[in-house]
Amino acid sequence: MKLSVLYFARLRDAIGRPAEQVDVPADVTTVAELRAWLVRRGSPWSSALAPAAPIRAAVDQVMARDATRLHDGAEVAFFPPVTGG
Amino acid sequence: MAVRVQREDFDVGAELAALQRDDPRVGAIASFVGLARDCNDGRQVLELTLEHYPGMTERALEDIVAQARARWDILEALIVHRVGTIAPTERIVLVAVTSAHRQHAFDACRFLIDYLKTDAPFWKKERSPEGSHWVEARASDEQARAAWQPPEPRR
Repeated sequence: MKLSVLYFARLRDAIGRPAEQVDVPADVTTVAELRAWLVRRGSPWSSALAPAAPIRAAVDQVMARDATRLHDGAEVAFFPPVTGG
Repeated sequence: MAVRVQREDFDVGAELAALQRDDPRVGAIASFVGLARDCNDGRQVLELTLEHYPGMTERALEDIVAQARARWDILEALIVHRVGTIAPTERIVLVAVTSAHRQHAFDACRFLIDYLKTDAPFWKKERSPEGSHWVEARASDEQARAAWQPPEPRR
């Protein structure tokens, strides 16, 4: 499954890029599984997306949960808790 | 109903007049203006840089406005949020709501800014004399949002 993964704010700084295209194996079907898969790639994802890090996610530009399911071609964004206003 | 994300400053008086549009049903306009302070968490702030998630930001703001519309008798609502570089004393955000009566306008306006604070994908970076750093989210913002749950029954 091909996904477009975006990073914002502190997370983009930590990972060193704003976006990347990934092709994940069939057992990666949810936001939490994608995050774990990225972490397994090692640095810088392993520290930036570490389980303890407070991170939010969106799928196709809508706030998502760990269990939100992914689909081929989805736009998945990871970012820190928001601080606008 | 309108949401805008822009680099430029906005004119509060002109925005409120445009929102009213000489609509004789409007009995109240409530507005909130968020400003950049020169101090945060004990640190001097020289400048803010606001980043957002283009596309999602507009969708998130429109969703927040739709939620407010479902809960209160709103005639019009406006959210203008700036991005880019902002200096202390400058405006960051405008939330404005028109209604027949003040209570709906006040409540909806406060709801919109409380939800914007936790649900709209904006991030602030502060530049201080010691360097630049990303602003941490505040637990009090989550609490302010949670205080609106569950939805009040419509009167």
